[in-house]
Amino acid sequence: MSDDAVHARILSITELVNGDPGLVRRGRHCSTTFLLEAGETSYLVRVLEGRVASIERGPFLMRPWTFAVRAPVEAWDRFWEPVPAPGYHDLFAMKKFGMASVEGDIIPLMTHLRYLKDLLAAPRRVRVA
Amino acid sequence: MADFEPIVGRYLRLTLGGRPHRVYFEEAGQGIPLVCLHTAGADNRQYRHLLNDAAITGDFRVLAFDMPWHGKSLPPAGWQDEEYRLTTAGYIEMILAFCDAMGLERPVLLGCSIGGKIVLELARLHPDRFRALIGVESAAYQPPWYDDTGFLHRPDLHGGEVAGALMSGLIAPQSPSETRWDTLWGYMQGGPGVFKGDLWFYRVDGDFRDRVGEIDAARCPLYLLTGEYDFSCTPDDTRATVEKIPGAKFTVMREIGHFPMSENPAQFRKYLAPVLDEIRALGR
Repeated sequence: MSDDAVHARILSITELVNGDPGLVRRGRHCSTTFLLEAGETSYLVRVLEGRVASIERGPFLMRPWTFAVRAPVEAWDRFWEPVPAPGYHDLFAMKKFGMASVEGDIIPLMTHLRYLKDLLAAPRRVRVA
Repeated sequence: MADFEPIVGRYLRLTLGGRPHRVYFEEAGQGIPLVCLHTAGADNRQYRHLLNDAAITGDFRVLAFDMPWHGKSLPPAGWQDEEYRLTTAGYIEMILAFCDAMGLERPVLLGCSIGGKIVLELARLHPDRFRALIGVESAAYQPPWYDDTGFLHRPDLHGGEVAGALMSGLIAPQSPSETRWDTLWGYMQGGPGVFKGDLWFYRVDGDFRDRVGEIDAARCPLYLLTGEYDFSCTPDDTRATVEKIPGAKFTVMREIGHFPMSENPAQFRKYLAPVLDEIRALGR
């Protein structure tokens, strides 16, 4: 998958999340901004009461975020397979095997973990060329 | 007309750690006793598919109990002033007390996760008490993947939501939605601090790397089954354990995670049935 394809999938999160009333309802208490990195490219994902308010592509200078989720482009590609391989099927699996890292204030991540896992996995539902 | 499942549940009075307990268990079937141990922070509902499997209960008397503090087994009186922790010694005492009280003669024992781990210690210390031992998602040691001492018991986080969300990653993507969420429902409703307390055994007290080499699988057959999607106890973790136990049998289960009997009972059955057939054929 090209960097452009990964970019398109990350941007698709907005529509995929906001178009899912059940997911938005489950995230209704979640308002946070986190950093998502795919290889060298940074994205700030701003969530407001369960809706994705914006996904902004970097680079950034000194922008605040609560926690950061980082993985190489290839790892995100495998994470978004419809049926991911063992080790790529969950954020914590990727973290354990060294393909992803999670840093920053972990409390908001853990508080809304089910919602945030579903947000990150949303592109799995769409096939992007 | 009422449509009853064949499972029957009862309360058994046991003294454990010198204190009276009411231990809830369920059973179905007749034949060779097969005692089933649930995972950390969960209860015997994980075994409802096995208990309802007529092909297995035709030859095996399947029994599954809720550990104290879990499911319908209340914690002992005075629990409110204590921090719950499962220990190796306490776990062994519990299992043997249950088998003795029920009059089970050389049962087969099947344990998953913490249950799979204690199987190893029983194989080392009490091989003659069991016809066979089956460890599911079992290893002498498995490195942690999150700070399980930090997030599982704090008042500002919803413990049930956190436990469910964490455990969701240990379930294979192929597992059917209904049984996936049945499994997670169990994790969403444990008592405060109980899941964390079980992990004391899983992570700290139950590091068996220095002693699994003493297990003699010739005295008691040992079968280890691990799902390929389990990243808590990986197939490599089980493999490292098996390499120290001559004669132990190891199988990697495809399209299964950490909770085979509850997340995908049909897939698990493909791997369990041949093991049970082999055990029945041993006839000793």
